[in-house]
Amino acid sequence: MKVQGRVFKYGNDVDTDVIIPARYLNTTSEAELASHCMEDIDKDFVKKVQKGDIIVAEDNFGCGSSREHAPIAIKASGVSLVIANSFARIFYRNAINIGLPILECPEAVKNIAAGDVVSCDLAAGVIVNETTGKSFTAEPFPPFIQAIIDDGGLMKHIQKNLNK
Amino acid sequence: MGMTMSQKILAAHAGLASVKAGQLIEAKLDMVLANDITAPVAIKEFDKAGAKCVACPGKIALVMDHFTPNKDIKAAMQCKTVREFAGQQKIENFFDVGRMGIEHALLPEQGLVGAGDLVIGADSHTCTYGALGAFSTGVGSTDMAAGMMTQSAWFKVPAAISFVLKNKPAKYITGKDIILHIIGMIGVDGALYRSMEFSGDGVQYLSMDDRFTVCNMAIEAGAKNGIFPVDDVTRAYMKEHFKRTPVEYAADADAPYEKVIEIDLSQLKPTVSFPHLPENTKTPEEWDERKIDQVVIGSCTNGHISDLRIAAEVLKGRKVSPQVRCIIIPATQTIYLQAVHEGLVDIFIEAGAVVSTPTCGPCLGGHMGILAENERCVSTTNRNFVGRMGHITSEIYLASPYVAAASAVAGKIATPDML
Repeated sequence: MKVQGRVFKYGNDVDTDVIIPARYLNTTSEAELASHCMEDIDKDFVKKVQKGDIIVAEDNFGCGSSREHAPIAIKASGVSLVIANSFARIFYRNAINIGLPILECPEAVKNIAAGDVVSCDLAAGVIVNETTGKSFTAEPFPPFIQAIIDDGGLMKHIQKNLNK
Repeated sequence: MGMTMSQKILAAHAGLASVKAGQLIEAKLDMVLANDITAPVAIKEFDKAGAKCVACPGKIALVMDHFTPNKDIKAAMQCKTVREFAGQQKIENFFDVGRMGIEHALLPEQGLVGAGDLVIGADSHTCTYGALGAFSTGVGSTDMAAGMMTQSAWFKVPAAISFVLKNKPAKYITGKDIILHIIGMIGVDGALYRSMEFSGDGVQYLSMDDRFTVCNMAIEAGAKNGIFPVDDVTRAYMKEHFKRTPVEYAADADAPYEKVIEIDLSQLKPTVSFPHLPENTKTPEEWDERKIDQVVIGSCTNGHISDLRIAAEVLKGRKVSPQVRCIIIPATQTIYLQAVHEGLVDIFIEAGAVVSTPTCGPCLGGHMGILAENERCVSTTNRNFVGRMGHITSEIYLASPYVAAASAVAGKIATPDML
């Protein structure tokens, strides 16, 4: 699958409390969660984000709480991909489990600025900064995790294995 | 090559003789946990998958602790969803208002987790139970739903960092100071994806409550789990609480550690994490005169009976500063009752503090102590992220119960010696 969009860029340790503040966790509505996505770090995010846009961040993206509402809010806001130097481990699992594409690629992070247009062939892990013409390749997922992604998330993966 | 303590527990639950870091395994779970925020999302996934029955109702715990007693209609609806699900699925370990406590204090107290267990919970502080010698880690709601359906989960076997705790802790040094010191040293991603394994002669001086606090905040260093060896302190605790037969594991002498870090507990100083990351630690010589507006003593990190005893020791015969609102939250009903019996609640109320029913409430900015614009709070909770306890310009200073209680009296960050 190929995705393309404009980049929102953030720094280190973007935590799940700024991705979706706990005051909005009294709902499981994806649209409602999306309407507050990134509110405490970037109040204009919700106004500006368009379908397909890409978040690029530095180290330890998604640290803090285990709230799955965080990747859900990002995905429901239309974001097609998050690229970071590294992800906090619970966020990493959650993103894979709910089908939010994520890639670790420090080279790309270093060479992508806010507002750049970036495209990515997710299966190949090839990231292209369309604004500068530079391209980067992210580490592929281990086959086990790729199988979860290919099955469309953890629930579908489990259903498939239960039916075996 | 030997295995770490964490790796041994994972291997045993995967039915394997040995595992090594990086290996992907499928392992059986002894307990699966969620709360009133994460369970509704898990139940949604469970239904979406077309699942009808949970695999082992006795190995699931659902604790209504975050926004309870229900803070608003939406929170009430979430609890209702979970209550109905627990009824349908015959999940006996459903803890509602009146029986509940903050999950990570409640599960050990109720004897639902113990040494050798493999536990996942849809709450990042599930890593707390490592204090009992269990492998315990936080996951999201979908993983939790899968755990309810299959009573198993996949894991990537973690590498580990060894923390050797040496000597007797200095005056006023608690589990909180130890873990804040460590996070200050290695950073909020210093143990990313790794186990934090604690050992050393200093462990014997740490109560179970101290160990719970240390493991509770392993996640704030990015760790997958934190774990203590099982000793007489653990055994005594489990004898009183644990309902099953514990299984003791110990790290091999040649266990592979990426790093070994020694910490001399006798040299530690009271440690406070300044805004807005737990790694931003400062000791008394770096504190200043900035005024505070609120103090919170409680949470899964520091709502234990020993934390309340410390707070009472400091507050006894003193008054909370007129500029400060001091909110004290026992973590469970049992702890609350114990605090009443010991006269701690009298001390708190006489000092001008309020005592709340158990709830996660203010820790995550839910209710029971939300901060206004530019307000500052010294808190025994676990995160001081932007907006965590209220307005995005408010500030949280993470501290031990000694420092939190002394700060409530002083109106600024203080140790009991400064009063």
